[in-house]
Amino acid sequence: MESLLFTVYALATCGAALGVVLSQNVARMAFWLVVSLGCVAGLFFMLNADFVGATQLLIYVGGTVVLLIFGVMLTASGPFNTIKSEPAEMIQAGVIGIALLAILIPTVTSVDWVGNRDTLSHAGVKSPSGEFNQQGEGGTSRHIGAALLGVRVDQADASAPSEAAEAHEHHDADHDHGHEHAHGEEAHSHAGHDHAHAEVSETNQASGYLLPFEIISVHLLVVLIGASYLARAKRRVEQPTS
Amino acid sequence: MESVGLSGYLIVGAVLFVCGVICMATKRNGIGILMGVELVLNGANLNFVAFSQHTHLGLDGQIASLFVIVLAAAEAAVALAIALNFYNNHLTIDVDRAADLKG
Repeated sequence: MESLLFTVYALATCGAALGVVLSQNVARMAFWLVVSLGCVAGLFFMLNADFVGATQLLIYVGGTVVLLIFGVMLTASGPFNTIKSEPAEMIQAGVIGIALLAILIPTVTSVDWVGNRDTLSHAGVKSPSGEFNQQGEGGTSRHIGAALLGVRVDQADASAPSEAAEAHEHHDADHDHGHEHAHGEEAHSHAGHDHAHAEVSETNQASGYLLPFEIISVHLLVVLIGASYLARAKRRVEQPTS
Repeated sequence: MESVGLSGYLIVGAVLFVCGVICMATKRNGIGILMGVELVLNGANLNFVAFSQHTHLGLDGQIASLFVIVLAAAEAAVALAIALNFYNNHLTIDVDRAADLKG
């Protein structure tokens, strides 16, 4: 069932993206773009990313594409105006695109992702272990909101007790190193290992996204002011004939 | 749950990326180039969310994709303002006509 849904969404996404590339009319390109972005939102829902999927539907399909269609409407100089590309350019771009795809797909399929994940978990990187997609707790949106406010509820539970335990072990290792010289070397290596563990858990315990959130909100404000300044009504250089 | 795996999503993301790159390279309409940029950003977003589900990335991938979505909206707003300005000055949206700075 899931692979059937994935096949439908993936084929619709890729086909609509090809439709964006191949169609020459701007309005049809906008329609295929809507189809493609909607199917990408479906893929997000299949990946348990409910908040990102809803945001994709709301902002991309509801906002950005409407903005693009307004751009099409405001810049079309005729009802059936198409600016065609040269066929030679299309052939060149098709060859280059197929070559790029022939690089990317073997790269994607040749990497052993499961093996990498096992190697990382063996090296001490903590797995979030699916805590962010608990179905009964309102999905991911609550955790994402907390992370945007600077609190990582999905990683605090996992890393806080283990860090305390590691500090305790570190102290024990120092104690051993001071008292018993026979086991000093072993304890030293153990302490180094603990130090690496502490570093990993420090980098793993991300401190939320409060600063990027602030930066991106100020950036959005600046961009909107700049856009309204750029697009303000001005005299045209030469008046159109109509 | 793991029946599809990571590679399927990454291949879809690669196809979206390549379509966006071709769209950016071949379209002469400025709005078409913007649509190509949107396709590229969506391919990257799909990769982010797929990695956040299937690897250790966790919630970070989803938050990165949210930032990408917001930045794409901002970029679309500014690029449309520039396109409107270009249309006001040149009475067309054909980017090959933007040769004023050519030496």
